[in-house]
This record gives sequence, structure tokens and C-alpha cells, in this order.
Amino acid sequence: MSTPNGQFGFGSPATPEQIAGWDIDVASDGAGLPPGSGTVQQGEEIFARLGAKCHGAMGEGGEGGPPLVGGIGSLNTDAPIKTVGSFWPYAPVLYDYIHRAMPADKPQSLTPDEVYALCAYLLYLNGIVPEDAVMDAQTLPQVVMPNHAGFTSPDPRPDVFNTAAVPPGDLKA
Amino acid sequence: MDPLRLGQSVARVARARFTRRAALASSGAGLASALLDRFDLKASVVAAQDATPTAAVNAGDNEPPAVPAWMQMPGAPASAYGERAPAEESVVRWSPAPDVSFSPLADLHGTLTPNALFYEVHYGGIPAIDPAEHRLLVHGLVEQPTLFTVDDLKRFPSVSVIHFLECAGNSFFEWQEGSGGETVQQTAGLTSCAEWTGVPVATVLNEVGIKPGGAWMLAEGADAAGHDRSIPVEKAMRDGLLAYAANGEDLRPSQGYPVRLLLPGFEGNTNVKWLRRLKVGTEPWHTRQETSHYSDLMPDGTAREFTFIMEAKSVITSPSGGHRLAAPGFQEITGLAWSGRGRIARVDVSTDGGQTWSQAMLQEPVRPIAWTRFRMPWMWDGQPARLQSRAIDETGYMQPTLAQLVAARGVNSFYHFNGIQTWDIAADGEVTNVYA
Repeated sequence: MSTPNGQFGFGSPATPEQIAGWDIDVASDGAGLPPGSGTVQQGEEIFARLGAKCHGAMGEGGEGGPPLVGGIGSLNTDAPIKTVGSFWPYAPVLYDYIHRAMPADKPQSLTPDEVYALCAYLLYLNGIVPEDAVMDAQTLPQVVMPNHAGFTSPDPRPDVFNTAAVPPGDLKA
Repeated sequence: MDPLRLGQSVARVARARFTRRAALASSGAGLASALLDRFDLKASVVAAQDATPTAAVNAGDNEPPAVPAWMQMPGAPASAYGERAPAEESVVRWSPAPDVSFSPLADLHGTLTPNALFYEVHYGGIPAIDPAEHRLLVHGLVEQPTLFTVDDLKRFPSVSVIHFLECAGNSFFEWQEGSGGETVQQTAGLTSCAEWTGVPVATVLNEVGIKPGGAWMLAEGADAAGHDRSIPVEKAMRDGLLAYAANGEDLRPSQGYPVRLLLPGFEGNTNVKWLRRLKVGTEPWHTRQETSHYSDLMPDGTAREFTFIMEAKSVITSPSGGHRLAAPGFQEITGLAWSGRGRIARVDVSTDGGQTWSQAMLQEPVRPIAWTRFRMPWMWDGQPARLQSRAIDETGYMQPTLAQLVAARGVNSFYHFNGIQTWDIAADGEVTNVYA
């Protein structure tokens, strides 16, 4: 906490309209989700058009894009597969990332309805929501991801200690 | 950097047993040639060979007792923007995928990385930003939401600091046997060090005022991925910098032009480039980048989130993988050490695979959270040897062995590899990376 000292007077006050255009983040609890909604069926059509090229027809991974589906239960094995279904802990963050970064060749081009539909479809492909699911600002935060409890913090490091005896500090050339 | 995609690229490279030096020595060999085409290195290699001083008709014509050709004619005029010597144009970053490039550590001297050789990682390409229209928005839990132009930021009192950056994924090939890089550029080239100039984050946040409860801030870039990370406000206020220059010039586009966040000691991706927004809040956002991307998977299936600090690490850069010692005799061993927790206190070097250690000399001044150059004189007796270095920072933390690291974290955590690197020297002088 600090007091605005306005010591320098540099910068311009940001208007609500200016902020609204850039304030795109959606937090893990769903804060920031916009109005709109989308269905699994709508998402299937959009994904086939925009997502399948990189991520595979069924989200299994493809040219340039990681797999988005599968791997549930694999994280503690020798061959972990990290996907939306197996690894991502929060469903609203799916909205955040798709909107800000996808499709990779035209980010921030999708409407809220389209992003909600893609969320619904990817969650459906992973067996997390039923085929008739409708995603919106109320339903998406209620989705419990399989790995929702899989992340730990704070950082436990240093956690590896090299206890080798250190030789005397003189230089032995 | 997409771990999967980069991993595939690197696997291809590892299979090809490709090194830049090897390619220089035998360009035209089928597989190496294909790789050169793949990575667009061939052009620069050929240019370097063609550009070797050619004034003399025969090799050696410029050596004593002859008068060198370049003394017998006027040289080039002064120029508006400098170029490096043609014979050095083969020193380039290694870019096995479009979103990443590795610094050529073996060819760097001292402790600063030229901006054109600074390692790169990005998520949506390098944006073509018009600095006149770029803005930094500071909002959220602040008293006065404010837009800053680049010129605004440059009007604040400035500071210059020398700090390293390192990708959290640096050395990720080294976790598993058989996937290790050949050269030190491949094994550890996702780090660089520069002198940064900018305005402290604290100056700007104090200007707008943080409201009660403001404990985290979202830092967001103006790239096509809107790359974003949640940062503790305490860290940003302590030593965070809004950097607009590196090594005396404005940032290069690949370094975050016109302004980036610099968080000394924190993993590279938190130092958000092309910074366009700081939003203060009470809790972290748990963005995709900090959950499913830059988190460290443990053997039990849990993943560590917010592993910000880059722990102490060192690597011998010469001799290193791809080099060949010419003959027994004097050989300087030199390398780089760094720690995200402060100064390097000491670096030890072993020439017998870690059985015995000697303390290396550190180049003064040793700066906190900065590359520290170490050197050790060595007489190579022509017998097989194994070179290792281990860094100890001012907290007393000693860089772990590979075995210690793997025992604690398994081989699938991908990020934050800081195990001791081993270079094997054969009787013929060839230097190779070994998993030891």
C-alpha cells in the first residue's frame, strides 16, 4: 500500500473506456468473464475450423499445437501427458487463454460466444462436462477440473542440498 | 517456449549429433547440411568463410615478413552503424524452433551479452510495436489508473543495473540421459546478461498509489499471446525495473522494445516483454503460463506453481562440447556462474569428474544476480579428463549434482535444471557432454 504522491505528474488518467478495451484478463475464479454463452455443438464447429489444424481433429495434438485432450491420470507416471483435461486446474483460465492467444494467427478475434463454445467443446472432449453443457460466466467457474488440487505453492526451494565438503579456499593451480 | 515442440526439435538435433563447429569443419555432409538448411545457418556460415580477408592471393601472404595487404591501401570509412568483423559472423544464436534462440556461450567473453546475441523466448512472435502508440496501463487496485507513454517512462529518474536473465527451461535437455545438448550453447544457452536501464517499478507504482490489499499484479505483454504472469507486488516494489534499454541502447525488439519488466533473479518469462499492462489485485490470477506451462511437475503428479527464483548455477564455457584441445599443456578453464539469490561467493572446478575440486578465480567486481566469470589455469596432461564446475552463492547454497537433483525431483519437472554439467575430454582432446 502506498499513497499516490503524484510527485512527477507524468502519465495521463486512464478512462473507463480505455481500460475496458485492454482489461482482458479472466482470473481463476472467473472474475472478468464477459456476458455471452456457448455450447458443445457450437464449439465443435469452431474448433474444426480454427483449432484442428494445429491441435488435431479431436484435440489430440497436431502440427505445431500441443494435445488438448487426454492424459488424465498420467501425471504421476514416467510418461506424463499434460493437457487441458489432465493438467489445467481452472476452467475459467481456458477462456482467458483462448481469447488472448488463440487462434495463434489471429488472437483476440473471437467473440465471447465463440470462446465459451470452445471451452464447452474442449471440456466435453475431455469428459469433464456433458454433451449438452452450456458455458457462460456462471457455469464455467463451477466446472471442477480433474487436476484442480494438483498445484502447490509457495515454492519449497531450496529443496536440493549439495552437502559436499568444500575444500580450503586457497587456489591450487 | 512450447516444451513439447522444442523438445521434438531438440531431439532431431540430438539425433543428428550436430554442432555448429562440426558443421563448419565439414559443411556439405548430408545430414549436417540438411540441418543447416533447416535452421538457416548455412547462409551465415558461407558468408563467414567468403568474408575471410582475401586481399592476399595465397594463404600466409599477409604474415611476417610480408607487409599485410591491409596496410597497403586505405581502409573503410567511418559508418553510421557498426558491423562486426566478417570472420566473426559465424557466432550466432541457435534457433531450433521459431519461438526460441540460444546464446552462443562458448564464444562470449566477459560477463555481458551483446544484444544481438541475447537469448530469446517468445509466445506469439516478436511484435512490431510503434513506440509512439505503445502505452503502459497501470490499473486495478490503484488510486489513479494511469496510461504512460514510453516518453513518460523515460522522464522518470532512471537507474542502470547489471543482471542476468535465464529461461526457466534452460538446460531442460539435461534432465534425461541421451537427450543432452552437444555444445554449451545447447546445454545452457537460454541465459544472457546485460546492463539494463529504466525506471524502478516502485517509482511508478508510488506515482499512481497502490490501494490497501494490493499484493499481486498481473504483468501483460503487447505480443500476440498477450503473455501474462502474476507477480508479487512486494518483489516488484523491492527491485523491479521498467527497463527500456540494454547495454547502452534501447531494447532490441526481441528483448521487449520499447519497455519490459525486469525482475532480478526471477525466471525469464516473468520479465514480461513489450509490457503494456500492470493490474494490481489481491490474489494471483493462475494464468495458463503459470499453471499448465511454467510449473514444475514432481514424481507424485503434483506441480509446483510460482517457482520464481533461478537458483545458483555454473557452467564451463571453455573448453566445452564441440571443442577439441589442440595439444597437452596450458589450458585455461573458464565459465560463467550466476544466482538469482545474490552474489556468487565461490566457484569450484574439478578436472577428475568431481573427485577433487579447486577454487576458481572470480572476475571482479562480483555483482549480485549477475553473470560472474570464473577462470582456472590448468595443465592438461593429454589424458582423459572430466571437467565440472559448481557454484556457491552468498546464501551458502551449493549447486547440486545431477544425481541429487534427479533424486529430489525426478526427470519430468522440465524447468529449473541447475545440476552440475560434465564435459568429458578424450585423449585426442575432443570435448563432449556426458550424463554424469
